[in-house]
Amino acid sequence: MSTVVDIVLLTLLAATGIALLRIRNLFAVVMLAGIYSLLSAGLFTVMDAVDVAFTEAAVGAGISTVLFLAALALAGHHENRPGHTPLLPLVVVGVTGLALVYGTVDMPGFGGADNPVHHHVADHYLEESPHEIGIPNVVTAVLASYRGYDTMGETTVVFAAAVAVMLLLAGRRRSRAAAGDDGEEGGAGHR
Amino acid sequence: MSLDFFVSHYNYWVVIFLMMVGFYILISRGNLIKKIIGLNVFQTSVFMLYISMGKITGGTPPILIGDAHGGEAAGHVVYSNPLPHVLILTAIVVGIATTSVGLALAVRIKEAYGTLEEDEINRIEAQVEASE
Amino acid sequence: MREEIIVRVGAKILTPFIIMFALYVHFHGDYSPGGGFQAGVILAAAFALLALVYGLGAVQRVLPPWFTRLCAALGVVIYGGVGVVTMLLGHNYLGYNALAHDPEHGQHYGILLVELGVLVTVFGVMASVFYLFAGRGRRDS
Repeated sequence: MSTVVDIVLLTLLAATGIALLRIRNLFAVVMLAGIYSLLSAGLFTVMDAVDVAFTEAAVGAGISTVLFLAALALAGHHENRPGHTPLLPLVVVGVTGLALVYGTVDMPGFGGADNPVHHHVADHYLEESPHEIGIPNVVTAVLASYRGYDTMGETTVVFAAAVAVMLLLAGRRRSRAAAGDDGEEGGAGHR
Repeated sequence: MSLDFFVSHYNYWVVIFLMMVGFYILISRGNLIKKIIGLNVFQTSVFMLYISMGKITGGTPPILIGDAHGGEAAGHVVYSNPLPHVLILTAIVVGIATTSVGLALAVRIKEAYGTLEEDEINRIEAQVEASE
Repeated sequence: MREEIIVRVGAKILTPFIIMFALYVHFHGDYSPGGGFQAGVILAAAFALLALVYGLGAVQRVLPPWFTRLCAALGVVIYGGVGVVTMLLGHNYLGYNALAHDPEHGQHYGILLVELGVLVTVFGVMASVFYLFAGRGRRDS
């Protein structure tokens, strides 16, 4: 049963991806990106990654859509028709895709319990975390304790990203005319 | 190619298809915000690849059942691999943070050039260089 | 959206529940899906909803931008601070066993504190970024 749900969700995702590609009204594209996130959250749930699904639903369909809409309100929502022929990008994408598909042929099948990926540290986490950490949600235990450094790095990256956005957007907005007046100075500063 | 092989690799192939859709949006579209959306599609498909690898057929989410101290039930339950979940969980939040940096850059470019189309920005740049 | 009474009243009713839910997701993260990352995003979404319905100014009176910026930095300090405290207690950096006599309790406290740091940072970052994008257009108009 879950395989059927899995295949249906993946097919819907592929359809959403194609729609994302073709639509040129960016408001519609942002809404479709929200749908894409929600579908992928469903897929994560089917694949037992409940924490990830939760995060994807909150981030992808919630905050990210709001941020994209705010950016569109500032930057306009019309996309021009692509100027050049899509031949070269298509070839590049096709070759890359085929190489990746060739790579999957050797991969162990989806869902196998004896796939190599399950037998390095995952066993330890699942068997020992009840005694070493003592909380039922193994994902939280690994996130905050076994891989605490990792999470601290991620937290710092999130903070650094906020600092970058502040540097870019918190300053006074210059009108076009004012930019022209001190063009020398401002231009030099921007390069 | 048997049906078994197809079903057990379908996940990977659709994920690769989505990856390539994102990649194609990224390299063939001129609008910077559309490029960022393409990058997001690419990113989400990588997340799906990781989570696909962590899935075990017939497994349950890695939240231990019964006693937190590894009770009797714990031995007989198959849990999916928690490690990819942890990696992707943090990657999603970092992804939105970096996406917001990209959007902030796009907003500044729009304010500086009056457009978000790559070819128009290049044209303006060429004009500025020619006049200098 | 300022004139739509259903949206206004609906947002007002929903907001406390969203905030409660965020706190539940955070503090119940040991036993069910959830944790600091998700809770921080949900908390920020509650204020984004208010800002969309009531306007940015009204929300910034409740949650001023300096406070969200402070939160963004404070969370990293909490996270790193837990590591420093465990070091001062004679264990490894982020070795939570130091925080209580029983190692398991120490792990519980450590995870709770560290997740609190994550919650505060993620909330602060998401709210700050939202304020910056939403406030950009209206500053000089």
